[in-house]
Amino acid sequence: MHLVLFIVFAGLCLAGAINLLLQSHPINSALSLVVVMSSLAVLYLLLGAEFLAAAQVIVYAGAIMVLFTFVVMLLNAGREERTLGSRSAKAIGFPAVVAVLSVIATVILKAQGFTPVALSDNITSTADLSKVLFHELLLPFEVTSVLILIAILGAVALARPAHDERRGRTEAGK
Amino acid sequence: MTILQFFLWSLLKIIVVTVVLLMGVAYTVLLERKLVGRIQNRWGPSRVGPFGLLQPLADGAKSFLKEDIIPTAVYRPLYLLAPILSLGCALVSIAVVPFGSPNVQTDGGFRFFEISDVNIGLLVILGITSIGVYGIALSGWSSNNKYSLLGSLRSSAQLISYELALGLSLVGVVLRAGSLNLRSIVEIQSRHGILSWNLFGGFQFVAFFIYLMAAYAETNRAPFDLPEAESELTAGYHTEYSSMKFAMFFMAEYANMITVGCVATLLFLGGWTSPFGDLIPMPQVWILQAFVPIFWFVFKVFSFLFLYVWVRGTLPRFRYDQLMNFGWRYLLPLAILNIVGTSLWLAYK
Repeated sequence: MHLVLFIVFAGLCLAGAINLLLQSHPINSALSLVVVMSSLAVLYLLLGAEFLAAAQVIVYAGAIMVLFTFVVMLLNAGREERTLGSRSAKAIGFPAVVAVLSVIATVILKAQGFTPVALSDNITSTADLSKVLFHELLLPFEVTSVLILIAILGAVALARPAHDERRGRTEAGK
Repeated sequence: MTILQFFLWSLLKIIVVTVVLLMGVAYTVLLERKLVGRIQNRWGPSRVGPFGLLQPLADGAKSFLKEDIIPTAVYRPLYLLAPILSLGCALVSIAVVPFGSPNVQTDGGFRFFEISDVNIGLLVILGITSIGVYGIALSGWSSNNKYSLLGSLRSSAQLISYELALGLSLVGVVLRAGSLNLRSIVEIQSRHGILSWNLFGGFQFVAFFIYLMAAYAETNRAPFDLPEAESELTAGYHTEYSSMKFAMFFMAEYANMITVGCVATLLFLGGWTSPFGDLIPMPQVWILQAFVPIFWFVFKVFSFLFLYVWVRGTLPRFRYDQLMNFGWRYLLPLAILNIVGTSLWLAYK
């Protein structure tokens, strides 16, 4: 049963990813990304990470991708033009991808060995997850949240109207 | 229990729940038309059947028989996908709602009154609701109509903004229960009837108020029904939809209302438990033991729907900037304060 679900959703995930690259319309690509993220959530669930699966759907598929589609709609981005791609990108790009992937794979295999991860009914409960997150990994967690806060502040600072523009507006208001 | 039995039972439950939910949707529409009629000093539908009770059937038949027009300039795949996505998400989220006593079960521990018991039931509902946004967003964009597009842009922005307040308002309840499982959240409220409901005994009335506001905005209901504000946008995101496709959006809206009512009932109003607690002893007849909890659950959801219609009949629509200000400047900080307050109270209790 687990294996069947894994194969179905892993296939869906890959199909979504390939479709994302092939589609020429930005909205279709964005929706393929939603499919990829949702099927990833199912894969997390199969590995017993239920909170992570829910967070994946709520945060990535539900909020971030809605913003993506929102922006695509707002800009009314049209169909992308097909080009054959530059020759240098092909010459360097594909070997680079292979190199990066193999480095990542080697590191993971070095760290974990060849023991396959079992699909099972074991579930890491939200309470267990939060114990790890807020006891052992408290410092990284807090640092990450500060990092995100800085990103928010940066976004606000960039989006704020410039100083003289604002003054001009209040004068016009008077 | 064998896997075949499990599948058959689950299928049966799914069919029954879906049929009941769709009937509920149909009669919520009638309830709304009748109540709004009374609020506006008129009768509401009264011709089809006694007291207009057959009106939903007539409306359904009408939607089926109307001509289905697909405008030429629409982007077809997404135009057709959007209503399905909308209604699908609205119907699926009921799957994790427990609506009756968990003690009614077969020998194999198979419960009758919930389709599935998930550890993270609350998050599942939030997740499915957040996917439902795509139905509205895509319908507006693919219709190739400026009113639709404006409606769906408004709606996406509104849903994302109020989803934060909605999610945060529920954290207080989750903290009190120490679980995301809807059944355990209800069970912690079941001790002393109405006094131990999260709304009163749990001091979560601030959270309930925030949830109420945010839920109205999430379901695009008055006073936050800007995505389909008739006077500005003709009909908003479903302007270009006709016949059954329009009906699907319509049903999705009312199904979402019912889901929101179920969540409010489970989280704040004690779910299927009696408001009188143990004051009135449960009779020893099994059929009453099975159906009295369901009665309370339905009654609470019904009260919530009544409140929905009442608010719609009473309040005028917000302006768009007021809506955004209200969500970000008042509801969100209030929700965060509620979390901090509840945590402190739980820590030093």
